[in-house]
Amino acid sequence: MNFSFLYLMGVAGVGIFIFIALSVLILVWLERKVAGHIQSRMGPMRVGWHGLVQTLADMVKLISKESILPAKADKWLFFLAPFVVFIPAYLSYMVIPFAPKLIIRDFNIGLLYFLAIPSISVVGIIMAGWGSNNKYALLGGLRSAAQIISYEIPRALSVVGVVMLAGSMSTVTIVKSQSSIWFILLQPLGFLIYFISTLAEVNRIPFDLPEAESELVAGFHTEYSGIKWSIFMMSEYANVFAGCALCVVLFLGGWHGFLIPKGEPWSSVVSLIWFMVKTLILIFLMMWLRWTLPRFRVDQLMDLSWKVFLPLALINIGLTGLFILGALKLFS
Amino acid sequence: MIRTEELQLNMGPQHPSTHGVLRIVLRLDGEVIVEAIPHIGYLHRGIEKIAENRTYTQVIPLTDRLDYVSSMMNNFAYVLAVEELMGIEVPERASFIRIIMAELQRIASHLIAFGTGGLDAGAMTVFLYCFRERERILELFEMVCGARLTYNYFRFGGVSQDFPKEFAESARNFIKYMRPKLDEYEDLLLNNYIFQKRTKGVGVLKKKDALSYGASGPVLRGSGIKRDIRKEKPYSLYDRFDFEIPVGKNGDTWDRTWVRLEEMRQSLNIVEQALDGLPSGKVKAWGVPRMIKPPPGEVYRPIESTRGELGFYIVSDGSARPYRMKVRSPAFSNLSLIPVVIKGHQIADVVVILGSLDPVFGEVDR
Amino acid sequence: MKNPQFIKEIKKKFGKVILDFKSYNDEIILTIDKTSLLPLAKELKKIGFEYFSFVTAVDYQERIILVYRLSSFKDKVNLILKAILPLSDLKIDSVSSIWGGANWHEREVFDLFGVVFDHHPDLRRILLPENWSGHPLRKDYRDEDVVKRKEYF
Repeated sequence: MNFSFLYLMGVAGVGIFIFIALSVLILVWLERKVAGHIQSRMGPMRVGWHGLVQTLADMVKLISKESILPAKADKWLFFLAPFVVFIPAYLSYMVIPFAPKLIIRDFNIGLLYFLAIPSISVVGIIMAGWGSNNKYALLGGLRSAAQIISYEIPRALSVVGVVMLAGSMSTVTIVKSQSSIWFILLQPLGFLIYFISTLAEVNRIPFDLPEAESELVAGFHTEYSGIKWSIFMMSEYANVFAGCALCVVLFLGGWHGFLIPKGEPWSSVVSLIWFMVKTLILIFLMMWLRWTLPRFRVDQLMDLSWKVFLPLALINIGLTGLFILGALKLFS
Repeated sequence: MIRTEELQLNMGPQHPSTHGVLRIVLRLDGEVIVEAIPHIGYLHRGIEKIAENRTYTQVIPLTDRLDYVSSMMNNFAYVLAVEELMGIEVPERASFIRIIMAELQRIASHLIAFGTGGLDAGAMTVFLYCFRERERILELFEMVCGARLTYNYFRFGGVSQDFPKEFAESARNFIKYMRPKLDEYEDLLLNNYIFQKRTKGVGVLKKKDALSYGASGPVLRGSGIKRDIRKEKPYSLYDRFDFEIPVGKNGDTWDRTWVRLEEMRQSLNIVEQALDGLPSGKVKAWGVPRMIKPPPGEVYRPIESTRGELGFYIVSDGSARPYRMKVRSPAFSNLSLIPVVIKGHQIADVVVILGSLDPVFGEVDR
Repeated sequence: MKNPQFIKEIKKKFGKVILDFKSYNDEIILTIDKTSLLPLAKELKKIGFEYFSFVTAVDYQERIILVYRLSSFKDKVNLILKAILPLSDLKIDSVSSIWGGANWHEREVFDLFGVVFDHHPDLRRILLPENWSGHPLRKDYRDEDVVKRKEYF
């Protein structure tokens, strides 16, 4: 490992951080605008053009707030928890191919890495729940652990079909193999399971039980405020973006699209725009769902995962296997 | 050795969805409720005691503060009781105005109940839509009596002032606007798969319990008992109007929510009929003395308020102040069902069931 | 009014304890001896008075009168049951075992009037704080913190 490599990685790390910060700023604004317009209001309008810098103003407020430690809270767990939640979300950006060659590291197990790393944030959520010395937070943390772990399984199984089709776990190879046909057409069931499990993974309605405000006040971040709370918020939106981006990578053809010039210097810019647009559409879909649907109950959520999605994902794998066999027979 | 312990959770009085200042002490086994003990009284202002030191007229604004999301109903119940005690005849136009106001109020209040019912299940948008529609009703009220929440509009023998000229048209516009919205809500919330999963079979209230606990209003009707004081013992001029009483089948949370939605439709019909048949004339009975001194006696006059049987039990000793005024508040009786209904359910169900009982703590605690 | 069969039945059975009987329209007002409340209540529930509306009290200085209101949806009859308690003996049997709704209403009466309900499962204050002294709706209740109204004019 030489110095230039570390240097490059350092630049990439800072770059991702800035990207996350910026995307969170925009996503929070977008969420408020989408919510506002769905609910026949305007959303933020005061700071900047249509409230565009409202999030920045909020951020300044949050950063300047007093850091509050609840009585009898476990100090270390309480302070560390937001970071333990944020860092996996941050790390998962490593393997997302935004455009050809615009990827930090193209692992040959990139997909596995992406599915494994965010699960670490469960630890952080339990730490937050336990460390706050608050029963709502504890219940929220436990719910979250149960939920994320049980949705890991259908989520991981739903992408097996894609891996079988692409023959690789490298995210770049998966995108490249979609140059002729997007995998959503071959794997509609897989896409559905992946997308819904992602909703559950990132704790959004209809699966936002860990922070169900009407029953658990705010779940595991009940006691958090100021900068620590904003780190939770940031990791939530970072996860949303990463989840949707991977969905684009796996099923919606990644950076592929129409009207991409070949060999021109700006062709990868156009690819990047395609990628971003697809991701934003998925994010908008998530927001749309959030402001339309009620929330499941915790046992119904578990039922859905273990009794519906898990068998469906297994069936999907079997079908994909048959499909590949059939295709091989047909074309050989 | 593994040992499990029950968790005691103090829900409220500061909690986003206890609909005010209710505290429920829950004993939990995991997420399942073993026992629930509600504690009320955080909003107790002693209105019954205050009323003993006020003249009859001064009590009307006090009643506004009971059930603060349906103040017209409280005015109505109180004024009717005193009128019965005094033997005052109300002019026909005044009765029509009262019924229009009461039914609009029922819609406004049910909108809150329906919307917060959705909010409790996590559907926030329905809640905001409901408040948007309620705003239009409040505008109508503002047009008529200048106030938006505590109206102080009813008087003994009538109402404080006549409708302004533009009211009838605005009200008709509202009815036209509201009908399709109700269908929309039915699709958005009641027919939603997740909402049905959350509410069907949850918080089932048996007929027997509903009766012996004195449940009333949508809670009672949701349990399949067809009882509406507007039909059973028509007060004011309700016997002239044609409307249905929606009745639920299973007595679960979904049925109660559905009954509320259906009642809004019926209320719109009543308002429409009342607007069509609105007679001309005075809005205040002639010869009501300024200082009300009812003859000694007692009266209990229940009305079908938004939440159920609301009645004022007034004992008069012939003086200018009520000797005793008891408010029979429907929300108090409905709320006392909590330990019965939520036992064995989960935490998430508590808020949904509570929302479907629709307590307003101004009325529970008085 | 139509005189349903059960009124005669009750009169026959509880004739001794009924102190006063009035009826108009579909309302019946019964005044009874307080010792016979429980058996009468059981009988009433059996003949259809299943709906418990409320119980409250009125303080007449030397005695407190409890007022129960019951409804029978079957016969469409409402009943007001009155029991007289002398101030020296503010005790009566609880009916919360018969009508569940009586539980909270009796607690309220206990809280605000100081009437003790025997065999009540959970007789605590309901509206006022646990450490409150006195029963505010009694006519002889005096609170030192209450500011006296001055007559200026």
